Amino acid sequence: MKTNDVILQTASKVVFFIIILFAIHLFFAGHYHPGGGFVGGLMTSGAIVLLLLAYDIKTVSQGFPIDYKILIGVGLLFAAGTAAGALLFNVPLLTHAFGDFNLPLFGKTSLHTAMLFDTGVYLVVIGVTMTIIQTIGESE
Amino acid sequence: MKVTVIIDAVIILFLVIGAFLSLVAAFGVIRLPDVYTRNHAASKAATLGVMSTLLAAFLYFYLIEGHFSSRILLGIAFIFITAPVSGHLISRAAYNAGVKLSDSSIRDDLKDKNKR
Repeated sequence: MKTNDVILQTASKVVFFIIILFAIHLFFAGHYHPGGGFVGGLMTSGAIVLLLLAYDIKTVSQGFPIDYKILIGVGLLFAAGTAAGALLFNVPLLTHAFGDFNLPLFGKTSLHTAMLFDTGVYLVVIGVTMTIIQTIGESE
Repeated sequence: MKVTVIIDAVIILFLVIGAFLSLVAAFGVIRLPDVYTRNHAASKAATLGVMSTLLAAFLYFYLIEGHFSSRILLGIAFIFITAPVSGHLISRAAYNAGVKLSDSSIRDDLKDKNKR
């Protein structure tokens, strides 16, 4: 008998967006509240793994046409770029800068370059976990 | 009666209901005869128990501490969606793996469909 996965697939379609939203919330809350790039990245890859459980690898790679190995490189580039960017302003490596800006939509926001470093961590964590899981899943 | 007393009573009521339902779920897992009835107890009673415990936590932080915690509401919705689905998947995996129903069960509607 062919098993039918309608309940799992429909539920994971709905739940995927809740998890992704919570992951983005964790990522942006990292500066003032518990959270940050690491848990945010882990939870994002957890959401993609949920889709991998409900569908197969081919369908998910059509939905996310990303090479996760390149994602690791982009994340490391973000982190190294933030670290090296401090050298341009004649300050030691990894010195961060921050300031309050008046953005058109968000109003008064304090922006910090540590956020860019966190973006690097986020991308590397997604890339590493998804590479591990997909290479294990694809090997026969 | 002061308002805080009513708020406390409501929070305590939800907490006690949540703890009691979780206890009922645990007893159900111990006492019931086979996988399907145990799964029935665990996924139903524990879901409602956790949901009312979370609701008590939400009411406490909102009404007493004055902090609207939207992630607790999100957690309630998340558990409400996912716990029945996981119960369904565990039951179906057990049935497809050939786990027997308990001896007191008299009806198996899926038996004929699986032979095809």
